[in-house]
Amino acid sequence: MGNKLRAAIIGPGNIGTDLLMKAMRSDWIEPVWMVGIEESEGIKRARDFGMKTSVSGVDGLLPHVQEDDIRIAFDATSAYVHAENSRKLNALGIIMIDLTPAAIGPFCIPPVNLKSHAKAVEMNVNMVTCGGQATIPMVAAVSRVQAVDYGEIIATVASKSVGPGTRMNIDEFTRTTAAGVERVGGAKEGKAIIVINPAEPPLIMRDTVHCLTESEPDQEAITHSIHQMVAEVQKYVPGYKLVNGPVFDGKRVSVFLEVEGLGDYLPKYAGNLDIMTAAALRTAEMFAEEAANGKITLPLIA
Amino acid sequence: MNLKNAKVTLHDMSLRDGMHAKMHQISLDEMVSVATGLDEAGMPLIEVTHGDGLGGTSLNYGFPAHSDEEYLRAVIPVMKNAKVSALLLPGIGTVDHLRMAHDCGVTTIRVATHCTEADVSQQHITLAAEMGMDTVGFLMMAHMISAEEILQQALLMESYGANCLYCTDSAGYMLPDEVTEKIGLLRAGVKPETEIGFHGHHNLGMGIANSLAAVEAGASRIDGSVAGLGAGAGNTPLEVLVAVLDRMDAETGIDLFKIMDVAEDLVVPMMDQPIRLDRDALTLGYAGVYSSFLLFAQRAEKKYGVSARDLLVELGRRRTVGGQEDMIEDLALTMSKDRAALELA
Repeated sequence: MGNKLRAAIIGPGNIGTDLLMKAMRSDWIEPVWMVGIEESEGIKRARDFGMKTSVSGVDGLLPHVQEDDIRIAFDATSAYVHAENSRKLNALGIIMIDLTPAAIGPFCIPPVNLKSHAKAVEMNVNMVTCGGQATIPMVAAVSRVQAVDYGEIIATVASKSVGPGTRMNIDEFTRTTAAGVERVGGAKEGKAIIVINPAEPPLIMRDTVHCLTESEPDQEAITHSIHQMVAEVQKYVPGYKLVNGPVFDGKRVSVFLEVEGLGDYLPKYAGNLDIMTAAALRTAEMFAEEAANGKITLPLIA
Repeated sequence: MNLKNAKVTLHDMSLRDGMHAKMHQISLDEMVSVATGLDEAGMPLIEVTHGDGLGGTSLNYGFPAHSDEEYLRAVIPVMKNAKVSALLLPGIGTVDHLRMAHDCGVTTIRVATHCTEADVSQQHITLAAEMGMDTVGFLMMAHMISAEEILQQALLMESYGANCLYCTDSAGYMLPDEVTEKIGLLRAGVKPETEIGFHGHHNLGMGIANSLAAVEAGASRIDGSVAGLGAGAGNTPLEVLVAVLDRMDAETGIDLFKIMDVAEDLVVPMMDQPIRLDRDALTLGYAGVYSSFLLFAQRAEKKYGVSARDLLVELGRRRTVGGQEDMIEDLALTMSKDRAALELA
């Protein structure tokens, strides 16, 4: 118990609530606060789960940070308010896990680069996008075997799982994901496409990852690397499934995936949202584990 | 049907939708020569770019022979009267592509979403309208929802700033009565100054009939393509539509013989395969599947030995939407695995 990092979740919407339910099961994270900007269903739910709540934003949390020993915070609000939230909480020594597209801190795809962020004690890490969490591990699985000239991902998600924030700024998804394919996936050039499908019953998130390798792909090594990476992601998203591939066609390497969520608060088809909350929690847990094992020292709370 | 004196703005798709049929390999010379021929025939609007619109270049949809910018910069400066449009699918293209197209001299932008997802077009439509472009909201796969639902989505696009709204039969599935109902309700439900358009595919041979129904119900812009060069069994063949509208005394401003010559002398010789209602294209129309899936399904058939028709029927059953080309290879792999398992059993 004593090793658990105490956490706040900002944003009591669908994502924040799903994250809360996952965090309550964690061996490393203890959620304590839920922060909203008004009384809402989400705040009420969090209270029912025994959380302390703020309905005046992060400002309502600040006076309690020290006595409640809050060391880490998840931001599931929007890019617009994240910068301010991050500034206020970082100033007190709280590490921010950013689930918004703000991308102030470095991108974090847990099985690819989380360890290095934890070692460096990054004060703000960004979880890229849902499509990025689902696909960038596969690009990295290829690029760690041999150079990838071009990486392209296509994420198809159920209409019901795409919130108004994403819809109003869908370009942010394509840009941020493509940047993640390059910076974390290791492709020289990245491209991202998102397709929204309204079918009923809603379809489970599916993703296609194409890579063009610089030289002829080493089929055996890439296949092995991909299977290993799938197993890594399955540690925190059990419903992450390799449906077909890798398919090799000249220098093209293609992988077809399906991501089913755990169905904590969000429905199972919304694997795109589940993989975000699961990856964010995995990230926080890594900081906690490394700190508990004495490998890193977390900032003191001011 | 009386269309006497109806004013119809025709919009040619051969250099954009036709890119699907050409696997996005139309050369710059071909683009310029067809566009010039269309301009001389009096075509008011010509769409140019990758088949999947601005930013469509990808492994998923195909890498084009040239970039969108190269095509636009080759065609636009040589147009005497015709205006050039570009298509943009949010989720594929971004406002950066939109700005590039505007900078190249594109005056009409068509922001396309699946028919139920109009709200992803807000940032693109708003920006295009602010830049003073002729801004079109383009609701694809419109056969999948009711006329009332289409109107609701169209009203969203209108509220973002679109001055023209399209009912788009991407699968070539609609029959004339459905077109009449959907266009009629749109016409009645949006602002009087907002234009209504119809985009057809010829997968059930209904391109001309549906276009006439659309005009009768109040559409003033009709898409088609010279010689039908487009995805699936092609778009409504424009030279045919011009002849029919001419006989009905509707006004298109297009010289029939000139556009016939563009079709026969320039476009038909460019075709990699005849654009006709073959078994697979007919399946698109019958099963309600996005027309550009055709060549992908045929390629998957060759590679994995699963019939293109079976693939297309299953894609229709799964209610796939435009842009899900990646699903075709995935499904072919799954179907061939399933079949192998059956043979073993």
